[in-house]
Amino acid sequence: MNNFSYQRAATLSDVVGKSTFVAGGTNLLDLMKYNLSNADTLIDVNALTDFHAIEEVPDGLRLGSLATNADTAYDSLVENRYPLLSKAILAGASAQIRNMATNGGNLLQRTRCYYFYDAHAPCNKRVPGSGCSAIKGYNRNMAILGTSDQCIAVYPSDMSVALSALDAVVNVSGLNGERSIAFEDFHRLPGDTPEIDNNLQPGELITSIDLPEKTFTKNYSYLKLRDRSSYAFALISVASALELEGDTIQEARIALGGVAHKPWRVKEAEQYLTGKKTDRQNFAAAADIILQGAVGFEHNAFKIELAKRAIIRNCIMALDPSTQLPGAQPSA
Amino acid sequence: MHTETLTQTYPVTTGTLREITLRINGEERRLSVLPYVSLLDALREYLDLTGTKKGCDHGQCGACTVLCDGKRIISCLTLAVMKEGAEITTIEGIDHPIQQAFIDHDAFQCGYCTPGQICSAVGMLQEGKAKSRDEVKDQMSGNLCRCGANQQIIDAIMDVKGGENE
Ligand SMILES: Cc1cc2nc3c(=O)[nH]c(=O)nc-3n(C[C@H](O)[C@H](O)[C@H](O)COP(=O)(O)OP(=O)(O)OC[C@H]3O[C@@H](n4cnc5c(N)ncnc54)[C@H](O)[C@@H]3O)c2cc1C
Ligand code: SF4
Ligand code: FES
Ligand code: FES
Repeated sequence: MNNFSYQRAATLSDVVGKSTFVAGGTNLLDLMKYNLSNADTLIDVNALTDFHAIEEVPDGLRLGSLATNADTAYDSLVENRYPLLSKAILAGASAQIRNMATNGGNLLQRTRCYYFYDAHAPCNKRVPGSGCSAIKGYNRNMAILGTSDQCIAVYPSDMSVALSALDAVVNVSGLNGERSIAFEDFHRLPGDTPEIDNNLQPGELITSIDLPEKTFTKNYSYLKLRDRSSYAFALISVASALELEGDTIQEARIALGGVAHKPWRVKEAEQYLTGKKTDRQNFAAAADIILQGAVGFEHNAFKIELAKRAIIRNCIMALDPSTQLPGAQPSA
Repeated sequence: MHTETLTQTYPVTTGTLREITLRINGEERRLSVLPYVSLLDALREYLDLTGTKKGCDHGQCGACTVLCDGKRIISCLTLAVMKEGAEITTIEGIDHPIQQAFIDHDAFQCGYCTPGQICSAVGMLQEGKAKSRDEVKDQMSGNLCRCGANQQIIDAIMDVKGGENE
């Protein structure tokens, strides 16, 4: 890690237009220890008390960007109104890390691609134009959807998978004022510029995340499949939220994690389910639509079938959320 | 492979020594650190509080767990300068029935993960979110034990916590 100067910001104007912000530090300091980030000034934003609250707003709930993941997941408004979000957050990292990690930092965490972390391996995300070591390398935990010939990395956040399903909005503040970004437009696909993870502009601070009125409190589930049952990143994760009338689906939301450079949602699959019965076959047909165009690489082609099965399983678990086990594991 | 194109250049030291005061185990401790010193390194290398262990230094093992304002955190992924004003409790400052329970249940072999396990268990019991044994396991997953004493560790915690244990 290089040395740097450290400042504690007291007001928003100390922050906007500057870099590099540190909130929980759990991703940034890790990257700096690997010399993958080399900020020469860290601006500690934790004292910006305006962005710590979780509060009701006219059309929903506002999550402060600096509230911790744990405080968010266990907040009674979040637990009662957006249980899907609580589950997804609690499936991520460890209890210690969730006590430190902030909502803003979670959205901006970088990929866990092995080659990105290995400063000796070519990687277009780390050094644009150097090549991608994963495409022909060991690519078991890489993407199967939305990849490019420049990068096949996966975006690892669990929280974001639920935020995607819930149609959250990210509020940011920069030198040009404030703006709100729909969740689906926040993260981006790698294309020819895999070094850019998302559409936040340099110097912009995430101030809050808004959750709209639609809460899905009855039928929801978050499933996370991984190599050990806790404290590991997802191979595949699924957030399902259903609105039912009897056994007829009024509205369905399905978002996938672990498959792409951003949370993956396919609106056609959700429309397909609208008006259908809550049958396994219908969920299977929706899963096929979601995985259309998926391409596997040497070690991760299994993820295509795994994702389909996870979608079906998770939509069935959403019919009775009490069947979910701690840590977003499949029901017995 | 042309490593020249893959290595980046890093800024030379721009930060200067800072005088900070940390509140640790109820005592004010003054120290002079560069900004990049982690809380873990401050404890071990500057304050001689070597009970807190360094396993991975990357947030992956939990050996460095301490309590910060009563909540368990990993001390390797935060900076000493970020914790001015916070109340830090390390294993040296813990006096809790879980310690005797670890002995009674043989909840360690080499003992390297133990300080982190105990701080984490105290934090978890204070959080009060884990009810069943499965939930306790999930809530303790941030602390790895490479000796494999995990079953006994969970037994010790369940013993102190009380309640259902199937
Ligand atoms: C061992 C380990 C396991 C993990 N497992 C999981 C997992 O299973 N699932 C999962 O989802 N996550 C996992 N994580 C990632 C963890 O959730 C993130 O590290 C954390 O959410 C980042 O938040 P932070 O506040 O610590 O961010 P920081 O490290 O402080 O910041 C991250 C980035 O965001 C920027 N930033 C922070 N806040 C703002 C803001 N308000 N506005 C603009 N920029 C900002 C920083 O400049 C930096 O670039 C894991 C992490 C570790 C270390
Ligand atoms: S997949 Fe992306 S992050 Fe991984 S090596 Fe290729 S370019 Fe780098
Ligand atoms: S040393 Fe901090 S988590 Fe391993
Ligand atoms: S007792 Fe040896 S690592 Fe846990």
